[in-house]
Amino acid sequence: MLDQSEGYMTADGRQIGPVVMEMKNITLRFGGVEAIKDISFDIREGEVRAIIGPNGAGKSSMLNVISGFYVPQDGQVLYKGALRPPMRPYQVAQQGIARTFQNIALFEGMSVLDNVMTGRLTHMKTGMFAQALWKGRAEKEETENREVAEKIIDFLEIQAIRKTPVARLPYGLKKRVELARALAAEPSLLLLDEPMAGMNVEEKEDMSRFILSMNDEFGTTIALIEHDMGVVMDLSDRVVVMDYGKKIGDGTPDEVRNNQAVIDAYLGVAHDE
Amino acid sequence: MFYREAGDFSTTYPEDSQTFPIRFDRYRYYLVLAIAIFVIPFMINDYWLNAVFLPFLIYTIAAIGLNILVGYCGQVSLGTGGFMAVGAYACYKLMTSFPEVSMLIHVLISGLITAGVGVLFGLPSLRIKGFYLAVATLAAQFFLVWLFNRVPWFYNYSASGQISAPERTVFGIEVTGPNTEAWATYLFCLFFVILCAVIARNLTRGAFGRKWMAIRDMDIAAEIIGVNPLMAKLSAFAVSSFFIGISGALFFAIYLGAVEVGEAFGITKSFTVLFMIIIGGLGSIFGSFAGAAFLVVLPVALKLVGVDWLGWPTDIVAHLQLVIVGALIIIFLIAEPHGLAQLWRVAKEKLRLWPFPH
Repeated sequence: MLDQSEGYMTADGRQIGPVVMEMKNITLRFGGVEAIKDISFDIREGEVRAIIGPNGAGKSSMLNVISGFYVPQDGQVLYKGALRPPMRPYQVAQQGIARTFQNIALFEGMSVLDNVMTGRLTHMKTGMFAQALWKGRAEKEETENREVAEKIIDFLEIQAIRKTPVARLPYGLKKRVELARALAAEPSLLLLDEPMAGMNVEEKEDMSRFILSMNDEFGTTIALIEHDMGVVMDLSDRVVVMDYGKKIGDGTPDEVRNNQAVIDAYLGVAHDE
Repeated sequence: MFYREAGDFSTTYPEDSQTFPIRFDRYRYYLVLAIAIFVIPFMINDYWLNAVFLPFLIYTIAAIGLNILVGYCGQVSLGTGGFMAVGAYACYKLMTSFPEVSMLIHVLISGLITAGVGVLFGLPSLRIKGFYLAVATLAAQFFLVWLFNRVPWFYNYSASGQISAPERTVFGIEVTGPNTEAWATYLFCLFFVILCAVIARNLTRGAFGRKWMAIRDMDIAAEIIGVNPLMAKLSAFAVSSFFIGISGALFFAIYLGAVEVGEAFGITKSFTVLFMIIIGGLGSIFGSFAGAAFLVVLPVALKLVGVDWLGWPTDIVAHLQLVIVGALIIIFLIAEPHGLAQLWRVAKEKLRLWPFPH
């Protein structure tokens, strides 16, 4: 491992653990376009890590590399200290990485409860035969996982809509259900792709509260992409700043805020040709 | 007013996830089951058996099977007839090769063989979706019918190329051949309907059902939460074909008795079963029952009204049936894609509040 230290203490006194996910010199190309150029950063256990940058900076591509949609041409992905071979997204999920999408990707034909229960699928192992019998193993497993799902439902305050079909919900609630589904997997790393896009101030505050308290209560490691600077600076412990596929800053919110390259990128200073 | 759930609480999760969480529904279900098992067998005669009950029960199994694939997992299939033929021919080969074995075992094994064939033809579903998959399953339909026509081993080298069911028994009671009793064949098919419905319900309310529905609603999101798309689709093909194979075996051995493959299991059969689940309701077990009942009872009812009461010529009534079914398909696809099952749900929701508007 690159970093020798076993973590650090945040300003508000939370102990941050060892590195969970380490990206080493990642380069991702689509034909001639380099979406990500030689980027390295790490995500530590228990921290809220933000990835920010202007539109088209490669943030979502980065998340897609982590969750297995894209395989980078160069570089290594180390998960829990071991080199991760290229794998399909469902295998990544089975390793304990959950995510939400920028555009909501819920199962519209299913109820909220069923959607949250799909988050538990990686924990449900009974075979088809036991399932067909139902009584016994399958029912026991269903009940155990239902308890976990209900805990998440309580936590995100969506009890009242648990039997409602997702298609009937408003946007803000759908975002929350999607978060519930990802959280139900009890992931060791949770990726949030613009969890607050398109929300009003009140909904943003709710969402921020949920993100902070799930980090606090469940100790969930979170990596998030967000455009609202105020939110990012308040929520995150460390921030990666990307611009045109390159990393231009990495550090605590205060360090990043005072970084000249970051200020340039956001204020739109002309780039050198 | 009539239909209420007030005061009906679940205090445990198993209670909440049971098939009929509302007490009223549960008792009605027990009542229907009791009538089906204890009343109908004593009243049934050959006309009702062959005109209504046998086709209804057998088509219900096929409809449940197809509904799992199309309604729950979202994989369109036009190969139902072909898979029913696999069940029928598997059953025929088993019946003739092992005459002393119970029909119960034969039918179940036919289902398993069909499940294997279904998985084989389900393999392309990983790469292709929608219309293209439908065409691939259409290929299965034509290939399987051709196979059973052309390879004499399947019909035991009989001169006519037909297969006909020899007399076989379950617990010493004859269920196939010319000398069967109406109640015996009825109960035999009813057993499989209940078995299939219970299995289908148990699978669809648990982890497998959620995997299938996740694939149906958004396959990318399904993959991101850890569903292996290939395994999910193939398991849907397997379960679906298992049911369809059982229905094919029963259709041949119990209902028709003798079968010419192109005629009994042609492309029309695929569409009939597909229409059943469209009219009945995609993604609903109850819808499979409703759709099968509707398409089986409709011609009988039309004949009763048109030919027997009004005295119309038989061919006009037969054509009228095609017109009505065609129109209904279009109406359902436009107005209520979730079929009779959804109408039933809406009716229940209204009844729950009746006579108050809110």
